[in-house]
Amino acid sequence: MAWKMNDTEPIYLQLIEKIQMDIVSGRYKPGDKLPSVRDLAVDAAVNPNTMQKALSELERSGLVFSQRTSGRFITDDSVMITNVRQDLAMEEIRLFFTRMHQLGYSENETLVLLQNTLKEDV
Amino acid sequence: MESILQCRGLTKKYGNLVALHDINLDLPAGQIIGLLGPNGSGKTTLIKLITGLLTPNEGSILIDGFAPGADSKKLISYLPERTYLSDWMRVSDVIAYFEDFYDDFREDRAYDMLNRLQINSSARLKTLSKGTKEKVQLILVMSRQARLYILDEPIGGVDPAARDYIMNTILTNYDPGATVLISTHLISDIESILDYVIFLQYGQITLADGADDIRMKHGKSIDTLFREVFRC
Repeated sequence: MAWKMNDTEPIYLQLIEKIQMDIVSGRYKPGDKLPSVRDLAVDAAVNPNTMQKALSELERSGLVFSQRTSGRFITDDSVMITNVRQDLAMEEIRLFFTRMHQLGYSENETLVLLQNTLKEDV
Repeated sequence: MESILQCRGLTKKYGNLVALHDINLDLPAGQIIGLLGPNGSGKTTLIKLITGLLTPNEGSILIDGFAPGADSKKLISYLPERTYLSDWMRVSDVIAYFEDFYDDFREDRAYDMLNRLQINSSARLKTLSKGTKEKVQLILVMSRQARLYILDEPIGGVDPAARDYIMNTILTNYDPGATVLISTHLISDIESILDYVIFLQYGQITLADGADDIRMKHGKSIDTLFREVFRC
């Protein structure tokens, strides 16, 4: 099944995010071999060149590395993976605060609301 | 980058009507290219010029260095907008016909795809639905190992589920060095597999850019941009 994509962002960026997510969430383990570009492209229903571009970017960031003959692998540097995970978390939080700000909540009000919601759910 | 198709100053008129005006185009090898434009914008005319079915009034076309003719036709696998196969033929007859006609035709590929789409190869074409006939033709075209695939409205008549399969067929069957030129109105269905996009309007190219570059620059999908540019 094709990967879910939004309309506005370049596709290669969305592919990068999706693969990052798969690494951070543990769907791919550190040191795992990635499927071939072609298989990934078919899986995502995107152009192989676009998938290639996304993987090259991931390689540049170090999250993925390629071995000349045997393909691409997820980094086994778990610190790096943890850092990426934290970056993604920070992004989500900032986005959340921006949205709350648009709704007219100050940071403190947002925090109180957060705590109340947590209490209710428990 | 190596280019598979070169058009220089291409103009085609039908009587007084200018169908294409001064088209200059270079298609890079190894990419999937969307040829997009509203009805009557010149998409099929351009395709027919490339395939040698029409001759231009002015300008030149080179396909991998060859002018349209016997040499270029060996390199191009073409899916026309209308069917040209005889109704009385069985699917297996058509496959034998293609096998006989084209050196680069891969019979095993064709049967493999037929099986996956559960199309009975002993059925006569006239007994097939419109959509199934379209699938058979696409299978024939994608079973050649061509340098340039030209698909004129390849998914118009098939249901959305089969559309996914067909996109998949295109993705898995074109050789990495080959170029695929797809003309269609169904942009949202194909936009994720496009490398490069050409907008055609009133016989002229109004936009030619990388698919992701367009998304980046305009902050919207190609489908949305198309609807804005060609708003009626």
